[in-house]
Amino acid sequence: MTAVYEPSYEPWNETRGAEIIAEHAKQEGATLVILHALQEAFGYVPEAAIPMVAQALNLSRAEVHGVFTFYHDFRHKPAGRHVLKLCRAEACQAAGGDALAARAEARLGVSLGNTTADDRVTLEPIYCLGLCATAPSAMLDGRLVGRLDEKRIDALVAEAQR
Amino acid sequence: MSMRIFISRDAAAVAVGADDIAVAFEQVAAKRGLPVEIVRTGSRGLYWLEPMVEVATLKGRVAYGPVSSEDVASVFDSMASNGPHMLRLGVVDEIPWLKRQTRLTFARCGVIDPRSLEDYRAHGGYKGLERALSLGSDAILNEVTASGLRGRGGAGFPTGIKWKTVAQASANRKFIVCNADEGDSGTFADRMIMEGDPFLVIEGMTTAGITVGATKGYIYIRSEYPHAVAAMNAAIAAARRGGYLGDKIGGSTTSFDMEVRVGAGAYVCGEETSLLESLEGRRGLVRAKPPLPAHHGLFGKPTVINNVLSFAAIPFILAEGAKAYADFGMGRSRGTMPIQLAGNIRQGGLFETAFGVTLGELVDDIGGGTFTGRPVRAVQVGGPLGAYFPRALFDTPFDYEAFAARDGLIGHGGIVVFDDSVDMRKQARFAMEFCAVESCGKCTPCRIGSTRGVETIEKIIRGERVTENLALVEDLCNTMKFGSLCALGGFTPYPVLSALKHFREDFAPVPTTLQAAE
Repeated sequence: MTAVYEPSYEPWNETRGAEIIAEHAKQEGATLVILHALQEAFGYVPEAAIPMVAQALNLSRAEVHGVFTFYHDFRHKPAGRHVLKLCRAEACQAAGGDALAARAEARLGVSLGNTTADDRVTLEPIYCLGLCATAPSAMLDGRLVGRLDEKRIDALVAEAQR
Repeated sequence: MSMRIFISRDAAAVAVGADDIAVAFEQVAAKRGLPVEIVRTGSRGLYWLEPMVEVATLKGRVAYGPVSSEDVASVFDSMASNGPHMLRLGVVDEIPWLKRQTRLTFARCGVIDPRSLEDYRAHGGYKGLERALSLGSDAILNEVTASGLRGRGGAGFPTGIKWKTVAQASANRKFIVCNADEGDSGTFADRMIMEGDPFLVIEGMTTAGITVGATKGYIYIRSEYPHAVAAMNAAIAAARRGGYLGDKIGGSTTSFDMEVRVGAGAYVCGEETSLLESLEGRRGLVRAKPPLPAHHGLFGKPTVINNVLSFAAIPFILAEGAKAYADFGMGRSRGTMPIQLAGNIRQGGLFETAFGVTLGELVDDIGGGTFTGRPVRAVQVGGPLGAYFPRALFDTPFDYEAFAARDGLIGHGGIVVFDDSVDMRKQARFAMEFCAVESCGKCTPCRIGSTRGVETIEKIIRGERVTENLALVEDLCNTMKFGSLCALGGFTPYPVLSALKHFREDFAPVPTTLQAAE
């Protein structure tokens, strides 16, 4: 659907965090599952949650911190209100993705991997959305867009800025 | 009787508007007062024609595409009256691009409703598992081995041998793991089959489970594929309700269940041992082999770990027999390969065909060249770790050994096409940079080599001591190739060295006159 979708997250709350951790802690190899669940609820993985995860899984804080920092997905602070991910892998490069990424950076005034000063838009690279036959492609807050051209990227940027 | 209209819910079709088109069709039908049933399918893989819309007729399903919002009303009227339309493509099965294929794995993709177990069964689903249950472990292993199936993730290891190793291992628990961490750019076959025919993957994994004596399976899907995650979760729930997962599957005495686990954006987790670490909840650090996962895999237990496409090939092999599969292909590459045509290509999509088709046929003939209309200059085969091939090598047949003989790899079957505007220095640099960012950090050649690689290629780009630095890059690639623990560091040299070898002109020192002019 093209309706503007605004992700909404709960503010960090220790009790709620403990609930989420307890809900998944019984699974085998639960660390990633829990980190995903925390990020889904709060929009990022609050630092305070790391020792809680460690305790629930009988791991050291260093181990959980190591997992948290190893994976690109996990955020240590909230993203902007909208997250625009541009696919920067080879198939999108071949289809003119470099120029479109530069255009989006110029329009937003931030480089890939950063958030605009007004906290509205986080612009990120993503390495392959698997839409390689309808390249270049992007994802705005979970919504996929393929066959990007200048007009479409401008529209996406404008939508993200709203 | 209501009209039956089929529109893909595949992520790539949705990315070009399929959801909006589906809504628009419902609205037009309501306006015209005609009853319709809209079935959301997977994609047929003719992506340049997406959103493609099909309607059931007495002659078979008739397709229209690519359909934009403005076309919906007129396409609907053409469907209702069986009249002509500019976007009418005729009976789907007769479209040459589809007719030329040999769809064994993708036979149902784009045809059935991926959420419906009934639809899957009505189109031959679970026939393979039923036969497998009657055959027993040894006979299944013979079938899989005789089919010649090799791991479709890229390494090409014989699936039958892998399964046999796990079957013979004794342990209190064994696991089936499906590698759906399809991170290679230019590949989307795993995504398509998970979204378009998820029960096929479940059936393949279940078959592996009963063969080796595993009762639990995990499918590790990358987080960049939310649609595939949703489709697999829905299918797993439906299979449980239908008695195809859980206790006593398909009325047998055997149990098997599985769950989805979602990755977190680490490319290296597509490497099997890194994936196992990640599944166990750790950083995706590559493990040294041996021990093989078949002996010492997930949670230290014997584990079958295969790619999505390997599991997806199994139901056909069991249902139709090993010979029916092995009759396709060439040399030691038996059966079919779902090839993905991507990047700057006019007719991009999924083309499943027997091994042996040449690269030139795939790019020029089937792919129709570039969509920019400029000449094809380079194609990267097999993802970020695959070699760049120039036109001069377009006679290479799609076959594991033939590509290896030319210092390339078919990998997961993705082909990314570049036109003559490509700067191969940039592509070589990107290969090293990607490796540097995604390296798990365990081994030195990969972790440090890739960073030094980026720096050295940048020097070449700046025109600093080009000849010496080119020699240095080649030497570095040699170290990475033979000294890295896994394919990330070990194969990054493929795109780099192939760029140097086949596109040397891009790396030539800038003539001094030009330098002066700049």
